[in-house]
Amino acid sequence: MSRYFVDRNAKYLVLICATASFIILAAIAIFTLREGLPAFQQVGWLRFIFGTEWRPSLDKFGILPMIVGSLAVTLGGMILAIPLGIGCAVLLAEVAPHRVRQLLRPAVEILVGIPSVVYGLVGMLLIVPLIRDIGGTGYSIAAGALVLTAMVLPTVISISEDSIRAVPRRYKEGALALGANHWQTIWHVLIPAARSGILAGIILGMGRAIGEAMAMIMVTGNAVQIPNSPLDPTRTLAGGIAVEINYASGLHENALFAIGVVLFVLIMIINSIAMVAMRRGRQAQDVC
Amino acid sequence: MSAKSSQKLAMVFIWGSGVITVLILFLIIGYVLARGLPAFSFDFLFTAPQGGLSGEGGISTAIVTTIYLVLLTLAILLVPGIGAAIYLSEYAKDNWLTRIIRYGVDTLAGVPSIVFGLFGFVLFVTALHFRFSLLSGALTLVCLLLPTLIRTSEEAIKAVPRSHREGALALGATKWQTILHVVLPSALPGIVTGIILCIGRIVGETASLYVTMGGSAAMPTSLFSGGRTLSLHLFYLAMETRAFEKAMATGAVLIITILIINTIINWISHRFQARVLRGA
Repeated sequence: MSRYFVDRNAKYLVLICATASFIILAAIAIFTLREGLPAFQQVGWLRFIFGTEWRPSLDKFGILPMIVGSLAVTLGGMILAIPLGIGCAVLLAEVAPHRVRQLLRPAVEILVGIPSVVYGLVGMLLIVPLIRDIGGTGYSIAAGALVLTAMVLPTVISISEDSIRAVPRRYKEGALALGANHWQTIWHVLIPAARSGILAGIILGMGRAIGEAMAMIMVTGNAVQIPNSPLDPTRTLAGGIAVEINYASGLHENALFAIGVVLFVLIMIINSIAMVAMRRGRQAQDVC
Repeated sequence: MSAKSSQKLAMVFIWGSGVITVLILFLIIGYVLARGLPAFSFDFLFTAPQGGLSGEGGISTAIVTTIYLVLLTLAILLVPGIGAAIYLSEYAKDNWLTRIIRYGVDTLAGVPSIVFGLFGFVLFVTALHFRFSLLSGALTLVCLLLPTLIRTSEEAIKAVPRSHREGALALGATKWQTILHVVLPSALPGIVTGIILCIGRIVGETASLYVTMGGSAAMPTSLFSGGRTLSLHLFYLAMETRAFEKAMATGAVLIITILIINTIINWISHRFQARVLRGA
């Protein structure tokens, strides 16, 4: 076998490897949809998504409470993670001296690496009792939101930091030359110039939060109900799949796959928005 | 408010958010180690879980399962992952095919792990009859980790200076020989970093494995045995047996593993950077 023969064919070999991701993505979409479709058809698309009753034993499948639960813990988590994350990103990109940066960045990387069940366990034993002192059982939206804050923080920080760093130097120099102080430069020049990237970081963080299953099972109490207060227990979409998948069969199992379809579509929308935001951020910086 | 005092206030907030982030990390690590290490011993690491209501026994089978799963997943993942990275960095032209491939990688990276679990459950566990097993879990993880390995390897391959490739081509090597004997060896530290990152993800992963590996506490004997990794074991201890002390001890093992993994990654990337700076 000559080396030229190898050279000609190697290209196709690595091309096949490269297409694997797209094929897997398509397969996930097809398989989840195929398994979920019977539930959508029997229950009805609208009644499935907007139904408020989830009683598998009575063949009642409405996932609105889980949608509300997912949104509640995600938004709750983002409320804290957004200001903290952007503050930390500004610190890393602009303010902190080299030494502090060298300590802070590994800390953020370790936060990414900690397994979600460890977040869940700490949430169960540390945060849930604290919330129980305020009211309720402690297993609640608030507990879920606090756990998610820590989990999405690294995503918001690292993407925001990258986009603040990517702002051309002359923007900063221009602002400082006009007499703006450091903070005015950050607030009026750097953050606006980096806003698409920061937005992308926030949206990707939301995607991560909505997809989290195990940590949410551990701290939210898993009651399927429309919550009235942050202290009420709730169940998320991703958590709902994991809680029941191991003993579900028949239409019940189809319904869980249908939740997977809803989750998949939700994430596709969220990630497409993030990708557009990131591309726009890069274009804006190229033009100037 | 004057410009000066608003700057002061803002700096307090910026430094404050940095401090809070570090505090969150210390709180998690400190709490898990403080509550986990007392239950931690030589016996704990080397005896099998007994499965009783208070979670008697150790975590030996979970450690072995985790190691098997890491090895099996990497064995399947490495060729397609690095192959795809080679295509994207060395061969891909700016055309529709490349855009589809990139879309696939970017979107797959965002799919929640529980959805990968559902997919693995239908395809590997049910349709292909691999049952709840190491093999089903590993194949599901390959799908989950492909984007991570592709992205990190592609970065590493792109960082290899053009002059290396030109030198090899000028000596008469074919493009593939250049890639295999010049580009990949230079990119190796970056690729290894990506692989270690994947190991960390495998160790920490639960949702997709919960649906594809069954969760038996026994020692796996073949590709088709079910099992539980350390993370899964922690989940079962906390949620089913409510053996929190043992769960915390397992958590401590996980945290220490993650700390070691991060240290190795930082060490490699420092050395790698130093080498690039020296111009080697």
